[in-house]
Amino acid sequence: MNDPAPSQDAFESALAARTAPLHTGSKSTRVLGVLALVLLVSLLAFALVITPPEVSQRDSFRLLYLHVPSAIVSLYVAFAITLVGSIIYLRKQSVFWDLLAGAAAEVGVLFLGITLVTGMLWGKPTWGVYWQWDPRLTSTAVSFVLYAGYLAVRKLDMDPVVRSRRAAVLGIVSFLNLIIVRYSVQWWRGLHQGQTFDVADTQMDGVMLFTALLGVITMHVVFAWLVIHRFRVAWLEHQADEAGLDVALRERRAEGANV
Amino acid sequence: MGWEYVIPGYLIAAVAIGGYTLQMLRRGRALSARVPEERRRFLAEKADKT
Repeated sequence: MNDPAPSQDAFESALAARTAPLHTGSKSTRVLGVLALVLLVSLLAFALVITPPEVSQRDSFRLLYLHVPSAIVSLYVAFAITLVGSIIYLRKQSVFWDLLAGAAAEVGVLFLGITLVTGMLWGKPTWGVYWQWDPRLTSTAVSFVLYAGYLAVRKLDMDPVVRSRRAAVLGIVSFLNLIIVRYSVQWWRGLHQGQTFDVADTQMDGVMLFTALLGVITMHVVFAWLVIHRFRVAWLEHQADEAGLDVALRERRAEGANV
Repeated sequence: MGWEYVIPGYLIAAVAIGGYTLQMLRRGRALSARVPEERRRFLAEKADKT
């Protein structure tokens, strides 16, 4: 027996469900999510099992397969997106760029937190201390505080346009500190080494170099997946706020009409 | 040597990313139910305006 042909209503509701589901996922993010999971599992296998220990630092070196990619993604990708989004927002007042700047900053702070924690855990067996007020470490910690402040400004209870404008200014000013983070190892003598991984460094073992690159690629894919979802959540928050404002205005007008 | 630092490092990262992801997806689901269907996605909103 043949199934009955779907009605026009069923087709339209299926299409609507496809374009606006009750979650933040989509076909492309599912593909990206599966890719991120495969890469994460591969990274764990290579970083913790397949790659041999480093000659002098032994197994603690494995932390750098997480530490360095997290640092690259947060300091040079996430906060660069926040910078660009903030500049464009101030020029065009585009909600898209404001929300994207906020989404990238939030995921960036998460990755920067991972950078700091893994760096401290690596520092203990390598330097003998978890923390040292070294220029690179200090400027990175300052960045963490600045971007946490940026996220706090975004949550202030005030006029959304003024709040977005202030956040954008802070998003631009905070980026200036990243120049200090980047060049701190060259400007001042400290504990932190210059470049941890160098693709052109032929002395590095092939598997170790591969794992380092795998870590960088993995963290970029995970970051992209998280930012897309965070942007969609931010968009929903924006729409929910506007819908709440519409309801409040309608109620106010109704009250005025009754007087 | 060093596994006592490596394992906590990877565990903290996994818990941080996993916890953040779960909280974000839950918030997305909760908000989706509150927002009208045609305004749930940025691109749909853009298409409406053009």
